[in-house]
Amino acid sequence: MTEITNSPAPVSALKTSGLAEFWYYFSANRGAVIGLGVIIALVLIAVFAPWIAPYPPDQQFRASFKAPPFWYEGGSTAFLLGTDEVGRDILSRLIHGARYSLSIGAIVVAIASSVGIVLGVLAGYFGGWVDNVIMRVMDVILAFPSLLLALVLVAILGPGLLNAMLAISLVLQPHFARLVRAAVMAEKNREYVTSAKMAGAGHLRLMLKTILPNCLGPLIVQATLSFSNAILDAAALGFLGMGAQPPTPEWGTMLASAREFITSAPWIVTFPGLAILITVLAINLVGDGLRDALDPKLKRS
Amino acid sequence: MLNYILRKLALIVPTLIGISICAFAFVRVLPGDPILAMAGQHGVSPERYEILREQFGYNLPIWQQYFNYVGNLLQGNFGTSLATKRPVLNEFMTLFPATVELAMVAMIFAIGVGVPAGVLAAVKRGSWIDQIAMSVALTGYSMPIFWWGLLLMMFFSAYLGWTPVSGRIALSFFLKPITGFMLIDTLLHGNWPAFVSALRHLILPAVVLGTIPLAVIARQTRSAMLEVLGEDYVRTAKAKGLSSRRVVSVHALRNALIPVVTTIGLQVGLLLGGAILTETIFSWPGIGKWMIDSIFKRDYVAVQSGLFLIACIVMAVNLIVDVLYAVINPRIRVQ
Amino acid sequence: MKLMKTLLTATAIMALAAGAAQAKQLVYCSEASPAHFDPGPLTGGNDFDASSHTIYNRLVEFVPGGTAVEPALAESWEVSEDGLEITFKLRPGVKFQTTSYFTPTRDLNASDVIFTFERQYKEDNPWFAYLDGMTWDYFQGMDMPKYIKEIVAVDDLTVKFVLNEPNSPMIANLAMDFASIVSKEYADQLEASGDLAAFSTQPVGTGPFQLVDYQLDTVIRYQAFPDYWDGKRNLDDLIFAITTDPSVRAQRLIAGECDIMPYPAPADIAVLQGNDDLVVLEQEGLNIGYMSYNVTEAPFDNVNVRKALSMAVDKAAIIEAVYQGAGQDAKNLIPPTMWSYNDSIAADVYDPEAAKKLLEEAGVTNLTTDLWAMPVSRPYNPNAQRVAELIQADWAAIGVTANIVSYEWTEYRERGKQTDRKGPFQIGWTGDNGDPDNFFATLFSCSAIGVSNYSAWCNDEFEALIQKAKTTSDQAERTALYEEAQVIFKADEPALTLAHSKVFMPMNKRVLNYTMSPLGNHSFKDVDVTE
Repeated sequence: MTEITNSPAPVSALKTSGLAEFWYYFSANRGAVIGLGVIIALVLIAVFAPWIAPYPPDQQFRASFKAPPFWYEGGSTAFLLGTDEVGRDILSRLIHGARYSLSIGAIVVAIASSVGIVLGVLAGYFGGWVDNVIMRVMDVILAFPSLLLALVLVAILGPGLLNAMLAISLVLQPHFARLVRAAVMAEKNREYVTSAKMAGAGHLRLMLKTILPNCLGPLIVQATLSFSNAILDAAALGFLGMGAQPPTPEWGTMLASAREFITSAPWIVTFPGLAILITVLAINLVGDGLRDALDPKLKRS
Repeated sequence: MLNYILRKLALIVPTLIGISICAFAFVRVLPGDPILAMAGQHGVSPERYEILREQFGYNLPIWQQYFNYVGNLLQGNFGTSLATKRPVLNEFMTLFPATVELAMVAMIFAIGVGVPAGVLAAVKRGSWIDQIAMSVALTGYSMPIFWWGLLLMMFFSAYLGWTPVSGRIALSFFLKPITGFMLIDTLLHGNWPAFVSALRHLILPAVVLGTIPLAVIARQTRSAMLEVLGEDYVRTAKAKGLSSRRVVSVHALRNALIPVVTTIGLQVGLLLGGAILTETIFSWPGIGKWMIDSIFKRDYVAVQSGLFLIACIVMAVNLIVDVLYAVINPRIRVQ
Repeated sequence: MKLMKTLLTATAIMALAAGAAQAKQLVYCSEASPAHFDPGPLTGGNDFDASSHTIYNRLVEFVPGGTAVEPALAESWEVSEDGLEITFKLRPGVKFQTTSYFTPTRDLNASDVIFTFERQYKEDNPWFAYLDGMTWDYFQGMDMPKYIKEIVAVDDLTVKFVLNEPNSPMIANLAMDFASIVSKEYADQLEASGDLAAFSTQPVGTGPFQLVDYQLDTVIRYQAFPDYWDGKRNLDDLIFAITTDPSVRAQRLIAGECDIMPYPAPADIAVLQGNDDLVVLEQEGLNIGYMSYNVTEAPFDNVNVRKALSMAVDKAAIIEAVYQGAGQDAKNLIPPTMWSYNDSIAADVYDPEAAKKLLEEAGVTNLTTDLWAMPVSRPYNPNAQRVAELIQADWAAIGVTANIVSYEWTEYRERGKQTDRKGPFQIGWTGDNGDPDNFFATLFSCSAIGVSNYSAWCNDEFEALIQKAKTTSDQAERTALYEEAQVIFKADEPALTLAHSKVFMPMNKRVLNYTMSPLGNHSFKDVDVTE
């Protein structure tokens, strides 16, 4: 959506009085604050997973395959959310899974945004054939449905978490490139840029110090959006057997290997899906809050 | 206008070339050997292997293989599937209507629910209706749809038995396909019960596929409405004493829908991506599932041509949306 | 005009369907789309279910529910004294199906039989490569070109197979799906029209059902062939509703959208068994899931290391967690339902302590190895990844670190058969024809190294026994030889035999007379339904 709302640079909401003002608008959005709370909790869970989780994520309890959660008949408090098909504690796996999902999001956003920003700046600043070549390549990438493209890429690279992350980064990166290119094109003929040029600022300096900070707002919003997309896409790839490989406690992979138990042991399927939903929802809530706080056009309304 | 369209078309040519290179290259670097993939559990003799390699042109230099491939594409020859030995284009065209039908119904569902919900939320801004509508929309937007599909299927088909589990129509109806669109075919045959059956089979997959577009459309409609409602002419209209219902429906909505139309157009690529998951879950015989199966079966020719065709379709739809947008909003043409 | 015509035919078909409202219909939720309908070059069980068991017949066929052969298109056969000639007497008056695309003018005769086989190995036959990139996988795989010298028509209804050397499994091979008899007259008609490919999409056979319509990836419709040589079947309409996901299939069965389905997910079996409207038949499968050690790789070249690693695997846990109880501990390579099964062999014991000690004695410490897991679910091993996870944990307990590796399925087998492969390799086999030779020689003969002997194991004693058994025609003698071979196999442990999976067939109670085949095919020839 940001592509539509990315109108001329939201003049650096983060500068000077920025942080206080930013927090003022952000905290006005109750959902965003809740989302932020959830994310902080998830990060803490991920960081301290080995200490919080009752068991190691791959420890198999051969005596209790598919034990139900404690509130079901036959469940026990030894396994609060029950065990999976080879007797591993689901709660422990979910807790460790938070590490995977959050790092997938972070790594994908880091790769996609850095590649996308570089390409976008190059295209927007130099224009001409550089712009043409870069943007046509982006067009090609965007012409494929992203999940399909990621799937084929993973099929080429071989199934696995790392390859899945690379593939998702590649399909998300054109959004950053387009966004940055548009912002750079809008900025580069502004007076302050021209005057900086006159003063003898080099290309690199112009791009990094002058132009880029002015499109930080939409970039941050795009980054949160990509973060949640990355988690969803990685889970979808895992679900199709092309993402993280078992026994990795990645949530999508957990869902995939448990799919056959949906009638006989529904909890094995329910909890990982719920975990994905809650995480993505929290990130999107924060994303909305960020947009409200960073985008002056919407602030007004 | 014509100028604008021509300019857009000119841009498409390099993209098409890029797509053909990608589709070709992807398949060349896929692990596994296409010839061995054709053979079964007993393998193939070395002599036969060489013959087949030659027959499929895998022994030629790579650039020559590419030119052969493009040459064939230009003649409308998309190759024969390694698995079924039938022309890939035939298979694609047979399955494509199923996907389009599913996507259309999903879109109708998304628009039919999303636009009113968005308008209502905007008009009653800040009320509990707004809050609920937007919370639901955001949840839908965050939904892992493969999981959502499994849950809905378990609940409505398996537990309640309200909807059929799988398939496009009850097996007792045997209608010769005319258009390939089940809803249209049943009507052309004048078979009302068959139409109802086809519709019932569509409900769950369409709801699952429509969930994310619904959320996007509802949110987009709301913010577009809010913007328009703040504009001067709407305020003037209100001040003139026009009823607020009339203001909303006639003046505001029409203008608010312009960005929404673009949003809807942009959903096509997403819909095709979502169709992969939805079709897999519901065993829906469309191109999404066909692509997945082909990837897993290593049907290289099918993957290659399928990728190319799908990308072309996405581009064509984007072009149509661009042109439509330019028709609605003449300012864009000048840019 | 064209639309009008289509509408008219469509209404006609509908009227037919309406008129046949009282017809007996069976809906089978099949597991995959058939590649096409010519069984000769096909390889998948689902392909054969949709072609050879509905549309076609063979000279001889496996008895329903067994692996013995009975007469079918051949009324009788005779093997010459020296074992080099097999003469088949064809059944007179067998009709080919009349369809919208072909009307036969004559009954089955020797030329059809000769055509059926010659197209599979005579490279100058126009039908040898009538589809792009086709291979006659089974014909080659069963070594037919090596054994068949020529096939001659003695008269219109007598066909003689002349062999290069005696081969006891030959008759059973001719009962296999690839040997389904096709119509030469139809082939000639297509050759004249130039549309050879139609042979695979518009099939004509002598079988109990004929093809009415196939909607890609969706549904196949058959109707009973009224002039079937063994009398018209009970069912009037047979429908294959293609449903790839096993859980969805189970749901469709429960919802009544289909009457019978193959390959339920192990997890669903209890639910299906508990349903009052359904019956779940079960049978020991003619298969084996195993894990091959590479006996040329250190330290797996030491038999005690192999034994120690096998001993450390908790097979009971694998059978419970992966096979969900639908598997049977395998102590031999061949399943207990097959003749010559040696029951006197002791079952594998799970003893991690002894395993640890054995490893120590062999001087193996800190062993790290790859552990191969198939990327796909197979009848003999529903989830190799899960098996690998369990073995990984078991081996960790005796100080062995295993890294699970997997590749795309063709790539997996390709890499697995290399003799320099590192690490134990999971694989398995489903019997083709019920002959023990199909297990022992295919999987562990010396000549299969680099092909399908994933252990690279060549044991002189074992080899001598199975080669002798192949050329012997006396069954008692063959049994003794194979029993002996199993003792050697066990003593040398080239592979850990994991399990024979049980096969389940859930169906609605209205389905009558369904017989499960140990060969894993699904035939509805003798099935009936209650109203």
